[in-house]
Amino acid sequence: MTPAEIRDEILDILSEIAPDEDLSDLEDAKSFREQMELDSMDFLDIVMELRKRHRVQIPEDEYTNLASMASTVSYLEPKMKDIIKA
Amino acid sequence: MIAIDKTSQLPDDQRVVMTAVGLTAPNGNNLEEYRANLLAGKSGVQDYEIRYVGKTLAGICDFESTKYQTKKDIRRGTRAGAVGVWAAQEAVARSGLDWANVDRSRVGIYVGVTEHGNVETENEIHSIKAFDYDTQYWSHHHNPRTVANNPAGEIALNMGITGPHYTIGAACAAGNAGIIQGVQMLRLHECDVALAGGVSESIHTFGIFASFKSQGALASHADPCQASRPFDRDRNGIVVSEGSCMYVLERLSDAKARNAPIIAEIVSYAINTDATDFVLPNPERQAQCISMALARGGLAADQIDIVSTHATGTSSGDSQECDALRRAFGNSNRTRFNNTKSFIGHTMGAAGALELAGNLPAFQDRVCHAPINVENLDPDCALNGLVVQEPQELSRVDYILNNSFGMLGINSVLIVRRF
Repeated sequence: MTPAEIRDEILDILSEIAPDEDLSDLEDAKSFREQMELDSMDFLDIVMELRKRHRVQIPEDEYTNLASMASTVSYLEPKMKDIIKA
Repeated sequence: MIAIDKTSQLPDDQRVVMTAVGLTAPNGNNLEEYRANLLAGKSGVQDYEIRYVGKTLAGICDFESTKYQTKKDIRRGTRAGAVGVWAAQEAVARSGLDWANVDRSRVGIYVGVTEHGNVETENEIHSIKAFDYDTQYWSHHHNPRTVANNPAGEIALNMGITGPHYTIGAACAAGNAGIIQGVQMLRLHECDVALAGGVSESIHTFGIFASFKSQGALASHADPCQASRPFDRDRNGIVVSEGSCMYVLERLSDAKARNAPIIAEIVSYAINTDATDFVLPNPERQAQCISMALARGGLAADQIDIVSTHATGTSSGDSQECDALRRAFGNSNRTRFNNTKSFIGHTMGAAGALELAGNLPAFQDRVCHAPINVENLDPDCALNGLVVQEPQELSRVDYILNNSFGMLGINSVLIVRRF
């Protein structure tokens, strides 16, 4: 997956776990929590969805990489570069 | 229960009244719509399909789920929570309570459940099947969704209620048991307002359908509306349904002080146990439960105008209840008997509360609604006073007695009075 495809995938996951949020103006550099109502269970949903959809494993001590869209894509890029977008 | 012959002799701060009801049933999302459909003979049973079991029938609720919950709340929570939130919010909205200024640490939530957690457990097992049952794919939402207090806790979260909240597991007697718990807590002054009743999410667990089917107790019929047919000779089992019914209960002294609309006074109740079988009812114990409720209320059987029966449409259960009713009401020519499951199926944990609600408007309109689908009355169920097919207008309705029984031999009876 390219960084753009990873971003789309994260957006898709966010739209599922936060269906009331308008994600069209999401700023990549700002933290998710500054822009959305997300709690720890929601972040675990992101981790779980990545695991279920792509078998991507994110160790607990690396969860902080999921703070913003920019940090998430950057963190996931090496883990997902060999995944072919369905 | 407080040992006093007549509830009306109690001081007002020991008398408990219903000041509002909120509900969702397979044939109505508020008391007016529900009652109109009961009087019009309109069923809420539909075709339904669920994993592994396949095509079957169910009573399905269709309410505006996002009126009181966000989509995220609904996704994170359970169906039992969602129907519970709907009914609790609707009840409070109809109560006339100045909710913004109610001390929510003094509100208690008491929700009857037949079962809870099966839906989510089945969903997770189904989900991890795709991952060869690797439990690292098991959802972190499983525990908060399946803890036994979940439906009551979701109501508390949604409405900012900080008083006590819990569920009462009482099989299919749970709707009555939830209300009874509310009465007790108000009398003990553990809370000032009780949100009490019952919920059912049971149509979302295949297990309940499969188990009834294996037991030979799952209803089937070419016409879904005719599948639930208590007292009919051709009944062949239970229609599983979802639903919710929550009451606002208050002490009479508090209700009077705020000039609250009073739907009914809860004048007596009883709960007992068969202790004879996992599944089969015991009419002797059921009759004892009814008689105990009458005696505690200082009432004679012929003072009861309407008995809302529990009958579910199983071959033995209906006739056993009729046996119990003959024992308890044998000499009453006044009492009329009806049934609501023929319209909505068996709403499990909500059944007691919902079926009582369907009868409460009779205090005003004096009409006893009639169960539908009694085309050939089973002689074993031919009760003197059984109302069938057409609603019956009564000269007066002062007392309604509500039966609700469940597996493991739990029996519950609630008696309410016109206020």
